[in-house]
Amino acid sequence: MKLQKASSFALYAVLELAAYPDQPLSGTEIADKYGISAHHLAKVLRDLGRAGIVEAARGVNGGYRLAANPKRLTLFDIIQIFEPIRGRNVVSHLRTATDAERALQAVLDELDDHTLATFRSITISTMLKWMARGSWTSTAARRAAAQR
Amino acid sequence: MRSSTELSFQREPHIAVMKLRSRVPDTDGLLIRDAVRSDSPILVALDQEVTGLVKRKYWRESFARLGSRRPPRRFILVAENQGHIDGFIVGEIRAWEFGEPPCGWVFAIQVRPKVRLQNIATQLFEALCDRFRRAGITKVRTLMARDNHLVLSFFRSQGMMAGPFIELEMALD
Repeated sequence: MKLQKASSFALYAVLELAAYPDQPLSGTEIADKYGISAHHLAKVLRDLGRAGIVEAARGVNGGYRLAANPKRLTLFDIIQIFEPIRGRNVVSHLRTATDAERALQAVLDELDDHTLATFRSITISTMLKWMARGSWTSTAARRAAAQR
Repeated sequence: MRSSTELSFQREPHIAVMKLRSRVPDTDGLLIRDAVRSDSPILVALDQEVTGLVKRKYWRESFARLGSRRPPRRFILVAENQGHIDGFIVGEIRAWEFGEPPCGWVFAIQVRPKVRLQNIATQLFEALCDRFRRAGITKVRTLMARDNHLVLSFFRSQGMMAGPFIELEMALD
């Protein structure tokens, strides 16, 4: 699956701020590191601020700090600010839906349930642990590598 | 309201898997040991405290299945603090089920609500993984309800990721 740019930018920003809790980081510093638009990131940081996830740091150098607890903050908490995680319904009206529409909706609902469970279960703290260990290779990728 | 590390297993599993790396558990005065039959009433009570369910038969059969195989393949470990059992973990080495080579499975893990957030679940998990490693096992798996976000979060924080399986189910009418 693909995330919208705003969601990705938000996750990068939150991970950076969580990795450096003792020093505020500017939007420009984060944008430069990830090669992303500072202007777009600024909007994302504003939205994260409104959601109480980041806060502007006072002082000469300014910047942002993480306001949320990284052990409780999940990928879902961040992504859902910028995009719906549940897909659009195939079935717009249950009473007039065809069997095919209902069956397809059941499949899509199953995928959405897995996606939600995954995003809800991964905290920012866990992401930082994975990054430190280098253990982000998916099971499918590991199997493919082993078979080569 | 569930606390941040409530750990209990429900239906509708989501499978997580992890390769076992060498790590030494930090006990911090907590004793992680193999359960004995006399622990059974305490485990029934602890299980009931967390899940609300009385599972005497389940625990009786769990101890019966411990068996006397050497090396052991099934484990029930408890976390004991000053003589009080505050948590447990149940696991087993299973071979060739679902077409997979031998691996360790975590079937249940629970910690008394009042003593959570003290690394007890982590120490139980690490101790069980150590048992698996000593038996030559290099992978650990578990199953949990997809909507049990706290338990999912716990296992993910230990390094587990989604495995290669999909659990399917069907009502039998």
